[in-house]
Amino acid sequence: MKRPNDVILRTVTKVAVVIILTFSIHLFISGHHYPGGGFIGGLAFTAAITLLFLVYGIDTIRKNISVDFKAVAAIGVLISVLTGVGGMMAGKPFLNQTSGPVDLPLLGDTMLATAVLFDVGVALAVIGTALTIIMSIGDDH
Amino acid sequence: MIPWILFFSLSFLTFSILATIYRLIKGPTASERVMALDALGIYLISGVAIFSILLKSRAFFEIILLIGILSFVGTIALARFLERGAVFERNQSD
Repeated sequence: MKRPNDVILRTVTKVAVVIILTFSIHLFISGHHYPGGGFIGGLAFTAAITLLFLVYGIDTIRKNISVDFKAVAAIGVLISVLTGVGGMMAGKPFLNQTSGPVDLPLLGDTMLATAVLFDVGVALAVIGTALTIIMSIGDDH
Repeated sequence: MIPWILFFSLSFLTFSILATIYRLIKGPTASERVMALDALGIYLISGVAIFSILLKSRAFFEIILLIGILSFVGTIALARFLERGAVFERNQSD
């Protein structure tokens, strides 16, 4: 079979994946005060990995990113549940969150929130679930 | 004056989206449907941009970038499906 000539697609993808990953992290970070959050950040991350799957093939990417995405989804749900239970340890309701200023060494006075930990779990769960679905759809013939 | 122009262009964008949806449903082959989906993404982007000018807000700019990314990935996937019959390649050599 003749090899397809897709050098433009490959070159664009190398640049675009970096932009999409940066944008997904920006969406994830801005989720406390602005539109964004763990769910949509995880979906943008999944879009970047899907673009890599499309252009370079599943086998190449699986060889380089050898992470079991089902385990990623399970770890994400575990983190979310544990941060929910963490509020109960202090006698507060389930999924209680708190935030406050913390004096960090280099960044100075920074506002930190415990909801970010919950969002990390949500993002990992979304990434794992979406990539598992995409890979099991793409695997069958 | 400016809000009237923006409302006018928003209504024309609505007509364009309706015509594109007609092509999306009716389209004789899959190629027309792919082109209609791509054009639908562009109409959505311009609609959100005009809406954010109308509301004098910058909160919608991330939506524009996100629709652009998803439309790009979706168009590539559908084009690959039309060209080779499979979305994901198996056993690529490099």
